Amino acid sequence: MPGLLQWLDEFAGPTLFEFAVSPTLKILALLFLFVLPLISYIVLAERKILGYIQARVGPNRVGPWGLLQPIADVVKLLLKEDVIPVRAVRWAFVLAPCLVVAPAFVIFSVIPFGPPSTGEGAPNWFITDVNTGLLLVIALATIGVYGLIIGGWASNNKFSLMGGLRSAAQMISYEVPQGFSVVVPILLAGTLSLVGIVQAQEGHQLFGLLPRWFVFHPTGIFAFFVYMVAGIAESNRNPFDLPEAETELVAGFHTEYSGMRFALFFLGEYANMIVVSAIAVTLFFGGWLPPFDFLGMAFLPMGLGGVLWFVTKLFAFLFVYIWFRGTFPRYRFDQLMDLGWKWLIPMALILVVLTALLKLLFPS
Amino acid sequence: MSDREPPSKPPSEAPAETPTEPTASVPSAEEEAAKKAEAAAKAKAAAEAKAVAVAKKAAIEAAKPPWERDAVTPTWEEAGEDPLAVAMATKFGEAILSARSYAGDLTLEVELGSIAKVAAEFKARHGFTFLVDLCGADYPDREKRFDVVYQLHSFTSGRRIRLRVTTDEETPVPTVCEVWKAANWCEREVYDMYGVRFEGHPDMTRILLWEGFNGHPLRKDFPVEGIDTGAAIYPEYYEDEAGPITGTGTGWMQPKPPVEADEEAGE
Amino acid sequence: MSDAIRSANDTVANNTVAHDDSVFGAEEMELNFGPQHPSTHGVLRLKLKVDGERIVDCYPIIGYLHRGTEKLFELNPFFQNVPHTDRMDYVAAATNNLAYVGAVEKLIGLTVPPRASYIRVLLCELQRISSHLLWLATHAIDIGAMTPFFYCFRERELVLDLFEQYCGARLTLNCMRPGGQPFDLPHGWVDTCREFLELFPAKIDEYENLLTNNRIWKKRTIGIGVLSPEVAVEYGITGPMLRASGIDFDLRKAMPYEIYDQVDFEVPLAENGDTYDRYLVRMEEMRQATRILEQCLDQLPEGALMAKKARVLKAPKGGEVYHGIEGPKGEIGFYIVGDGKPIPHRCHVRAPSFINLQSLPELVSNHMIADLVAIIGTTDIVLGEVDR
Repeated sequence: MPGLLQWLDEFAGPTLFEFAVSPTLKILALLFLFVLPLISYIVLAERKILGYIQARVGPNRVGPWGLLQPIADVVKLLLKEDVIPVRAVRWAFVLAPCLVVAPAFVIFSVIPFGPPSTGEGAPNWFITDVNTGLLLVIALATIGVYGLIIGGWASNNKFSLMGGLRSAAQMISYEVPQGFSVVVPILLAGTLSLVGIVQAQEGHQLFGLLPRWFVFHPTGIFAFFVYMVAGIAESNRNPFDLPEAETELVAGFHTEYSGMRFALFFLGEYANMIVVSAIAVTLFFGGWLPPFDFLGMAFLPMGLGGVLWFVTKLFAFLFVYIWFRGTFPRYRFDQLMDLGWKWLIPMALILVVLTALLKLLFPS
Repeated sequence: MSDREPPSKPPSEAPAETPTEPTASVPSAEEEAAKKAEAAAKAKAAAEAKAVAVAKKAAIEAAKPPWERDAVTPTWEEAGEDPLAVAMATKFGEAILSARSYAGDLTLEVELGSIAKVAAEFKARHGFTFLVDLCGADYPDREKRFDVVYQLHSFTSGRRIRLRVTTDEETPVPTVCEVWKAANWCEREVYDMYGVRFEGHPDMTRILLWEGFNGHPLRKDFPVEGIDTGAAIYPEYYEDEAGPITGTGTGWMQPKPPVEADEEAGE
Repeated sequence: MSDAIRSANDTVANNTVAHDDSVFGAEEMELNFGPQHPSTHGVLRLKLKVDGERIVDCYPIIGYLHRGTEKLFELNPFFQNVPHTDRMDYVAAATNNLAYVGAVEKLIGLTVPPRASYIRVLLCELQRISSHLLWLATHAIDIGAMTPFFYCFRERELVLDLFEQYCGARLTLNCMRPGGQPFDLPHGWVDTCREFLELFPAKIDEYENLLTNNRIWKKRTIGIGVLSPEVAVEYGITGPMLRASGIDFDLRKAMPYEIYDQVDFEVPLAENGDTYDRYLVRMEEMRQATRILEQCLDQLPEGALMAKKARVLKAPKGGEVYHGIEGPKGEIGFYIVGDGKPIPHRCHVRAPSFINLQSLPELVSNHMIADLVAIIGTTDIVLGEVDR
């Protein structure tokens, strides 16, 4: 006991702050200043963009151009009655949305939104650079699926159960190709650290015509394709939105959820969307790197130019998500499994082998 | 569209200026004879005038486009010579009760017991592979009050005919489900609406109304405003006077006297 | 059948699901699908037995929208029954009206003036377009394609505007009377209709761009809910469903009513009888409806709108007729028995949705739940008509 006190006194004082308090504050700041507003405005953007795709206007009543709509939505969801079905398994029912939303938020702590500190008071544009960052991302993303299964089961509703089962099967099947496809950038970069992977994509190829992003690598482009398909399936978005297919399973695993608990599932889905897009940007599209140096906006202080580039790419991906939703019908469950197991996994495996061979033959 | 005659009368019978004769009320012998002769002459003249008028009118009518003429209401015609009716009559003899047509639709009345056989024959031999419709009808003043009517269509000859059987409340009708699968739900509907049972039907249950509904609503004696089926819907859940109440026209919110559940029931 | 839209050869490999239960001791689950389910198109209820996602058994339960329309028909004079017909297939009121007034005219022996006949065909073909648009919208959204829904509703709005100009109502039109048409086309209607017809074919192409060659759409519809011609006839199926199975039966051609023998159009056929073919047939039907409409507008004669008839129509006692027309969903027919009174003794509706729905258990067996949704969509039922 005295030993522990002594240790705390001598050692943990500054360390506790450095390793626990400061990251927590940073995560909370990131969440409330960046991620949550981003999500709520992505929802608005989705409704607006879908509206224009579908020859209608979208929300335009709350505030100018509907800009206050997200606030109204949040207030509505918070004020709604929180219904827990009588025959639901209460603890699991309550736990499920948290299980979905928490890991998705934690992943944000390793995503590099901008370049690391270049001195002169510029901050690191990420919370932490773990040297196993990508592994952490995959591990955390896997936890989310438990939330869906538990939510589907705990609701004690057959449609929910089927939605939960679908999402379990879907997410497990698609994690495999996703995991394999990220091996390609790992091999190319030689590191698991997300910052390191971005830094490995600096420079240009083909006489300076193309940035050396991994998406322009001969195997990287296919790996990106596999990653993206798997990622869309992972985040349960159209055309792979089977677990919540409203015309088949009413609302899938969140049929019985209402109010803020439903909102948490909703947040989780959009957070997942952002995570998948952000990882895609990081792994394949050079993260914060501009396509050409003269577009780097180096005149902006504190490396903000990099952040701007990252966010631009992120939005492009999110737009693609929304665009898909406006365009595609939905896959059927068995067709989805076919696609995952018969096409994506073999393809990803071949890509890993090919990349390793390429790396072996042309070490540069 | 100026004159408003009832369309059911054929045009020749309905001249607007039909003379009415309120005379011949004075009782006197020779006057009567004279009157009679006079009346006869008058009648003759009138008849002539009438014939002329009719001819004139017919000419005018004929000159008119068909939609301005008076409606010619179709009537039932014997159609025993129709080749189909002849073929059926020779094959089934007594089972074909009559063959008539109305507005060009041939209708065969078939004896109750042999409808399935007749239907199968129509399907197999005469190409009536298509059951268009099957429905019931209620004629409460007849002894056998229910009709079951089958409309058939043949793709090969492009022809339609109608079969009809007549039954009472008890006698079941042989099902034609084996001949045309389409008959399945239609027969269930007839059962639901009229209480006519079909023998050999694979699933003789109500279709539009719920099991436990009292009565058969398309019977003419079923009240239009409905009956209070309240407690009879879910007897295991609701006590008497409780449960959902169907509209009874007036005072539907007021408590009801206890339900005599099976008074309206047909069978 | 030679002019089928799609030949049997370009079918993608059989799309149904083979399943082997012997490996896992799977248990069947009973699933109550509807009546409050987003894709049962109303209040259809299906008792499903599912093995995982595969449907083992399906038992439709209907009647949740039963309003006793046939009983009501027996209470009202012939004129006053027309609005009741609107409420059966509430997305295709004009064809219901036409079937009913056609039956009454046949029963009483009325001849409709040609202008009225043309107006009726105009309304019916517009109604066919609007009904098919609604079908496409809901069918597409059932399969998960959200955007066609809004595109279809955009054009359907124009059709409904045309109806509104004609009779003041948009859905429950009540736009025909036994003997003719109650009112003439309003001023400018023909031009508005022509504008619509000029615009509409391009819009059909737009829907087809989104769906016809879409791989996911094809995967979801080809080989799903196959209805062989024999089974289709056996179940008495009519309309686009029958024609998608390759049987050339369209009442507009087979037993022409009104002025359909004076316009030139084709009856689209397909061969495979699956969901995709039914989709193609309906799309082509919309194009053909446009053709019919154009010809009707060109040929539209002047003249009377109403036949000479009694103020109170009385049907002869015992007279009975059946009159069927080609509605958007299939043959809609009325069987009317007269009573010598101004009200019918019996008035039965041959509702295409009711008869077509009967084939559902056969169509969905051994498919998955997602296919069930596609198949319900493709049968194009309206529960108001199923239950009456």
